Amino acid sequence: MFLKALRLSLVLWVLIGLVYPLVTNVFAQVLFPYQANGSLLEEDGVVRGSLRIAQPYTGDQWFHPRPSASNYDALDSGGTNADVARADYQAEIIARADAVRDESSGIVQAVPNDLVTASGSGLDADLSVPAALAQVPRIARATGLSEEELSAIVARHTVGRELFLFGEERVNVHELNQALRERGVR
Amino acid sequence: MSDQYHHQKIDGQKLTNKAKNVPNNPLSAALIRTALKDAWLKLDPRKMITSPVMFIVYVGMIVVFLLVIDPNLFGSTKVGRDYNLAVFLVLLATVVFANFAEAVAEGRGRAQAASLRKTKTETMAHLVLKDGTIKAVPSSTLKKGDIVRVREGELIPADGEIIEGLASIDESAITGESAPVIKEAGGDFSSVTGGTRVISDEILVQVTAGQGESFLDKMIALVEGAVREKSPNEIALTTLLAVLSLIFLVVVTTLVPISRYLGVAIDIATLIALLVSLIPTTIGALLSAIGIAGMDRVTQFNVLAMSGKAVEASGDIDTLVLDKTGTITYGNRMAYEFIPVGGAQQKDLIDAAYLASLYDETPEGRSIVDLARKKGAHIDEAYVSGAEGIDFSAETRTSGTRFQDGTVYLKGAVDAIVNKLTANGKRVPGDLQASTERIAKEGGTPLAVLKGETLLGLIYLKDTVKEGLKERFAELRAMGIRTIMLTGDNPLTAATIAQEAGVDDYVAEAKPEDKICVIKEEQARGRRVAMTGDGTNDAPALAQADVGLAMNSGTMAAKEAANMIDLDSDPTKLLSVIGIGKQLLMTRGALTTFSIANDIAKYFAIIPAMFMLAMPELKMLNIMQLATPQSAILSALIFNALIIPALIPIAIRGVRYRPTSPDRLLARNVAIYGVGGIIIPFVGIKLIDLILHGLFGV
Amino acid sequence: MIDLLMIIVFVLLVTVFMIAIGTYMYRIFFFTEAPFDRLFLPVERVIYRLSDIDEDASMNWKTYAASLVVTNFIMMALMYLVLRLQAYLPLNPAGIPNMPPALAYNTATSFITNTNWQAYSGEVAMSYLAQMLSIIYPMFTSAATGIVAAVAMVRGLTGKSPLIGNFFVDLVRTIIRLLLPLSFLVALILVAEGAVMTLKPYVAVTTFDGTVQTIPRGPVAAYESIKHIGTNGGGFFGANAAHPFENPSPITNLIHMLSMMLIPSSLIYMLGLVLKKKKQAWVLAGAVWFIFLSMFATVYISERLGVPALTAAGITGGNMEGKEVRFGIAASSLFTTVTTAATTGSVNNMHESLTPLGGFVPIAQMMLNNVFGGVGAGLMNILLYVLLAVFLTGLMIGRTPEIFGKKIETHEMKMMAIALLTHPFIILVPTALALALPGPVQSILNPGSHGLSEVLYAYDSGAANNGSAFAGLDADTVFYNTTIGTVMMLGRFISIIALLSLAGSMGGKVATEGNVVSLRTDTPFFGAIYVVVVLIIGALAFFPVLALGPIGEQLVMWFH
Repeated sequence: MFLKALRLSLVLWVLIGLVYPLVTNVFAQVLFPYQANGSLLEEDGVVRGSLRIAQPYTGDQWFHPRPSASNYDALDSGGTNADVARADYQAEIIARADAVRDESSGIVQAVPNDLVTASGSGLDADLSVPAALAQVPRIARATGLSEEELSAIVARHTVGRELFLFGEERVNVHELNQALRERGVR
Repeated sequence: MSDQYHHQKIDGQKLTNKAKNVPNNPLSAALIRTALKDAWLKLDPRKMITSPVMFIVYVGMIVVFLLVIDPNLFGSTKVGRDYNLAVFLVLLATVVFANFAEAVAEGRGRAQAASLRKTKTETMAHLVLKDGTIKAVPSSTLKKGDIVRVREGELIPADGEIIEGLASIDESAITGESAPVIKEAGGDFSSVTGGTRVISDEILVQVTAGQGESFLDKMIALVEGAVREKSPNEIALTTLLAVLSLIFLVVVTTLVPISRYLGVAIDIATLIALLVSLIPTTIGALLSAIGIAGMDRVTQFNVLAMSGKAVEASGDIDTLVLDKTGTITYGNRMAYEFIPVGGAQQKDLIDAAYLASLYDETPEGRSIVDLARKKGAHIDEAYVSGAEGIDFSAETRTSGTRFQDGTVYLKGAVDAIVNKLTANGKRVPGDLQASTERIAKEGGTPLAVLKGETLLGLIYLKDTVKEGLKERFAELRAMGIRTIMLTGDNPLTAATIAQEAGVDDYVAEAKPEDKICVIKEEQARGRRVAMTGDGTNDAPALAQADVGLAMNSGTMAAKEAANMIDLDSDPTKLLSVIGIGKQLLMTRGALTTFSIANDIAKYFAIIPAMFMLAMPELKMLNIMQLATPQSAILSALIFNALIIPALIPIAIRGVRYRPTSPDRLLARNVAIYGVGGIIIPFVGIKLIDLILHGLFGV
Repeated sequence: MIDLLMIIVFVLLVTVFMIAIGTYMYRIFFFTEAPFDRLFLPVERVIYRLSDIDEDASMNWKTYAASLVVTNFIMMALMYLVLRLQAYLPLNPAGIPNMPPALAYNTATSFITNTNWQAYSGEVAMSYLAQMLSIIYPMFTSAATGIVAAVAMVRGLTGKSPLIGNFFVDLVRTIIRLLLPLSFLVALILVAEGAVMTLKPYVAVTTFDGTVQTIPRGPVAAYESIKHIGTNGGGFFGANAAHPFENPSPITNLIHMLSMMLIPSSLIYMLGLVLKKKKQAWVLAGAVWFIFLSMFATVYISERLGVPALTAAGITGGNMEGKEVRFGIAASSLFTTVTTAATTGSVNNMHESLTPLGGFVPIAQMMLNNVFGGVGAGLMNILLYVLLAVFLTGLMIGRTPEIFGKKIETHEMKMMAIALLTHPFIILVPTALALALPGPVQSILNPGSHGLSEVLYAYDSGAANNGSAFAGLDADTVFYNTTIGTVMMLGRFISIIALLSLAGSMGGKVATEGNVVSLRTDTPFFGAIYVVVVLIIGALAFFPVLALGPIGEQLVMWFH
């Protein structure tokens, strides 16, 4: 029985461990090369990131992604693992919310939760629509673009729920900032 | 073994109490007094360890007792001695209540055993030596194989087989039945029981059981509960209860470091209170009482179960294999109808049948007289005087009466009468054939009636199904139990009786050996089979059956092969025994469910109480609004103790059982013991808390 | 409102797949001829020939269990070797060093037991080859092991023989006919939706902000599909299914969830087909869905309500800490419920950052370990509780309890007792031990009730072979690596062996023909009884520790 088990284990090892992923790899590379290789963003032939992985857009002129536990280090994905019931955590989030209000010169009052909390992966490139709109007054001030135009950009890049049911309405930070770059923002 | 069933109404619902020495009140004052004493004696740790659940309580009780002596034994604590004392007393009560339940159940058996033991006094036996001389020896010295002589008025000194002679024997000491029974050498009625009395004639008995192994000894041991072994289902249930207890032991033990991490110190007495409240003490305390009481209920039915396993198995029966004769029917054919032939008057036939049966003392004859009277037979007293009976003989196959005027009235087998007529050159009525066939087809026996040389007609003798049986079988069917009837009759007759009695299946022209085949066939389909028997050739089938009920009147071989013996020798008892088996299992299940369901309320009482000081917000879980933490814990614990004696009557009597479909039974029991088990402790604990807080200011 | 519609559609989708795959599995395991024989049989025959396996030999429970254990340990040794030697082997573009022995042992144990507890982070600790040979490989074989054990148990409970099948043949058929084709198809769909599938190296980029970012890649989609179909749960990346490359869109999220539910639910349906009583399957599935939906409602409502202090400060939208915007609260709550119901252990949001009551749900589901449960193990646990419910209530109809016409007697009860006791024992005892020792307490990120939840979650996850974590706990220490490793082993193999033994002894029993007298297990009434028994027996053991952990913390958060 031991020998049978050993031989079977080895046969399956080759089949599952090598044949299966390699075959899948070939199909994926042929059928969906863009997605399979990481949905990479290129600018003038140079890879600048991945559409799905958030980057630190720090300047006031950019749409900021959500806070990241690892400061957008893609080799250290993960969340803060904060205990949301703790007072020090709550104080930190409230401070961030106050900062958002200040940046908007008091226009924003209700702060969307996702804008002030860290994502699970630390690499979330999406924002909820309110979280994007909450940044519009700051960006308008920094870039000179009108709030209406910025809101229109947000609206244009908003993706709805999939099949009207699954997930949430959202907007990708890379796409928003790309739209800003197209309008000359640097 | 026929007459005694005649007027016995078969009704399992009324557990007629025949054994005279058993107190009718299940919980008489005397019994309770003895049981209370025994409950304390059972605190012996060697006895306590047999129940894993109660043993945990017992150990906990001892630990808390140490804490009463020194509250800081396991590290300093704020908890006072009074609280520990209170916990200790409640734990002690829990253990004593559990012991009391067992003692009550045992006490009832013991009362019965005591009355049996009275009959087991030392007697002198008359041992027949090899040379034929007789020597008087004490009965206790008898060995297996010895031969003793027993005369009128003497007690039979030991169990044995009659090897010579015939005697009528009073077995009331064992069966409670006052009518004597006839026993004789050879055949199926040769076994006698030690302690019974010969009231006529003289017999030679070969001893079959040595001292201490006699039937009476076994019986005493059984009813006393001395040889009680745990039955399979009881072991399975004990395993479940043990593992639940073990789980809660782990829960409570690990709670110490876990709560210490949160800065909460739990005192030992409270921990033990939590443990005892959570482990299934209710069923743990009552489990053995339920088993003993189940055996006891069987015994009260005058059935002797050789093991608890047999009683349990009877609850599982899927198929009953029953003999027709004596079990389903009265076994003796009775007059049912008078059918005139050849243009004879009905009235003449009735009178003739009556007259022909005047001296016939057999049950058949009596039934003809009864029926004739009922149908208005009229006879002249004067005419009858001086008449003499003509006995039945195997040669003539007829019997009758010869009157002083020379007229002879005869009745007998149809072919015998027809032969007699044709031999004398007389005419046989043409419609006789058709009527005879009709009776035979319906499963009856025709008797021809002859007045002089005129054939007046037929008496239709019918094997009658016992009163109430049909309803009983219908009940069994509702419970999912099939009945199979075995009969030596031809298929036609068998079919008729089967239909009349409402059995599910039948085997016609069955030989005694067929029983075991039927049983094996059923068992191969995964069914549990019960049967009754009395003859030596029933023994293999009795042993093969899951429940074999032997008649006490039967042979020793049958009795030894069976796992139950009916002292009244009534085969229909089987139906009642099934009910008792079911009741036993139901009681166990119901009280287990109740016990486990109680835990929900106990958690809601104790957990907030334990941690409210450290985490005041946990008071939200105190949904019963119990007054103080200590009151909450004590209330749960006291409820846990009090529920044991409160449920003793149910454990002893068994939960109410009515033959009905399993689904309805389940729904009813789940409603009472499951839902009730969740709700009752909420109410009970709250009430106790009100009392503790209100009256004692805990 | 849309969220309500979402959950309804989800239940319907699971049900559709349950019927399809359940029927397919019934054909694979209970018939000599199954669909696509022409395609699969030749492949299987080659494997049998290479491994010298007699495909017609049926085994008793002892041989079956022994083959299962021996095969698993051989596989574990192979995996361990690769982890220890990955630096010298090909397909290691990031130049990742060999794994240290303790961590390699913990990892091999974790994946062979279908737990997928990860004390490492894939991006920095594992080469592509190791991901394939030490992770993807056991993801298939451990899932197949669970499935075949459940199939063997069903054979014992319902069959007419103490022989319960051939472990090797069952294993091969499961992999060839079920897991490989499904994983391949699902992997391609995931890639189409944006999941990564490449053997090309990591890319270092200069971001638009001018900082440097290294984007890890790898054969992710092939890994993700079997990770969920086999209820494995280990992440290719540290962030697991919250990572945009593992779970790029709400659609992949839905596929992940459906994949997790697929085999656990199908096994229930297969049981109904084997019994020729589909009603039985519906009753059990209904009962399990009831618990599942109650759990989902709890975490969903709790997350929507969020943290009172933050709401009071004008922060809207519930609790998004540790969640991804593309999933939001509804799909995150559902994923949390699914992954701990089917004991996968993959996460699309960080469970440690759930509200306390939200965190209660995964902990409680892993404690029950039978809300669908992992592939195979779930059905085995469901049947364990069915047996228990039958034993408790069956007595109340006045008969020795029977399941599917067979009596539950002493031996069965002993095996049930072992399985029942193991779970609370291996959760509570090490939790208490960890909290009592000064060293292990240092690993806790958030002290107090939440810290208790962290440690409790770790052992709960190991015992249920789930693998998810309250990730704040620093579990890569000698103490946690060894104790959690042991807990995973015991949690996996004790109950499999005990329940196979039970199946073997039941297989030798003759079932009563016709079930008029028995307790009916295919009625809604029994379904209700099942739920109550699961909640009372399964939950009572954990009530105190839950009251001190998540429940207490939630009450404090609400009422302090």
